[in-house]
Amino acid sequence: MSEHIVSPKIYLVIFAVLMILTFTTVEAAEVDLNHYFHGLNVIVALVIATCKAILVILFFMHAYYSSKRTKLIIFAGFFWLAIMLSLTLGDYATRSWDVR
Amino acid sequence: MWLFLSTEILFFGGLFLTYTINRHTYADVFSFSSRTIKLSWGAINTVVLIGSSLTMAMSVWSAQVGKKKLVTLFLIATLILGSVFLGIKGIEYHDKFVEHHVPGLSFDMYYCTNNPGACSNISPEDLAKEKVELDELTKKMGGENAVNANAQLFFSLYFGMTGLHALHMIIGAGLLLWLIKQSMADRFTPQYNTPVENVGLYWHFVDIVWIYLFPLLYLIDRH
Repeated sequence: MSEHIVSPKIYLVIFAVLMILTFTTVEAAEVDLNHYFHGLNVIVALVIATCKAILVILFFMHAYYSSKRTKLIIFAGFFWLAIMLSLTLGDYATRSWDVR
Repeated sequence: MWLFLSTEILFFGGLFLTYTINRHTYADVFSFSSRTIKLSWGAINTVVLIGSSLTMAMSVWSAQVGKKKLVTLFLIATLILGSVFLGIKGIEYHDKFVEHHVPGLSFDMYYCTNNPGACSNISPEDLAKEKVELDELTKKMGGENAVNANAQLFFSLYFGMTGLHALHMIIGAGLLLWLIKQSMADRFTPQYNTPVENVGLYWHFVDIVWIYLFPLLYLIDRH
């Protein structure tokens, strides 16, 4: 383990931002954003969730201070996830026959 | 540790993928079903779990700077918050049992609206609103059977995903107990704290899974 010590101050700031984002996503869910264009509610919820996940990974999980090798493994994990999601959803979205 | 977590990303990723496809395919019944879950419990649990990630991160810091007493204290705080999360999850599961929303032979989306007074966990106003929505949905889907079949699919995924997440939490709680025991024997020092660091990574990963479960199961189509 690389020994970069993250100060409690940073942890507290990240925690506060995560709380604000949680509050925002709950409030945003109560508003009908689909009124602007269909699916905006989902997009907003997932963008906020991704921001929260990135903050947790970078600071709580110290990825920001990690070695290049660790960063590569983290990247690879999500890259494979992206392949699985994009190819499967792409397949579902573009087939002409009804999957139901 | 990150190698193991990469496999976990794909493990949960498969479930998220299944959920996304079904949510899209059976959009009407899925969004109705998701509205029958109480938002307040999910929101409280999100705060509790992120709080437990903070205390976990603090115990890693305490170990790195050699504050041995604080390591134990923060680990115990993490364990308590994790248990609160599981307790609230238990209340939510109990509500679903009362409402007959657990997949199986007695599954019935119409149980609460057909039996006034049977579901004391839902307020009369909410129940009246639920009935209007449910009637509309039944007409749209062309019968109660179609609604029940699709809703059962939603709740299978709900219990599968939150159940697997809860199982990870229980394993995490076991790991925390193991750390607390070692920490009380003053084993963790600035030179040796990798177990705390790695259990911390696992705990934060489980937190991230919940960060995605919460909007996908509770929030979308809430308005």
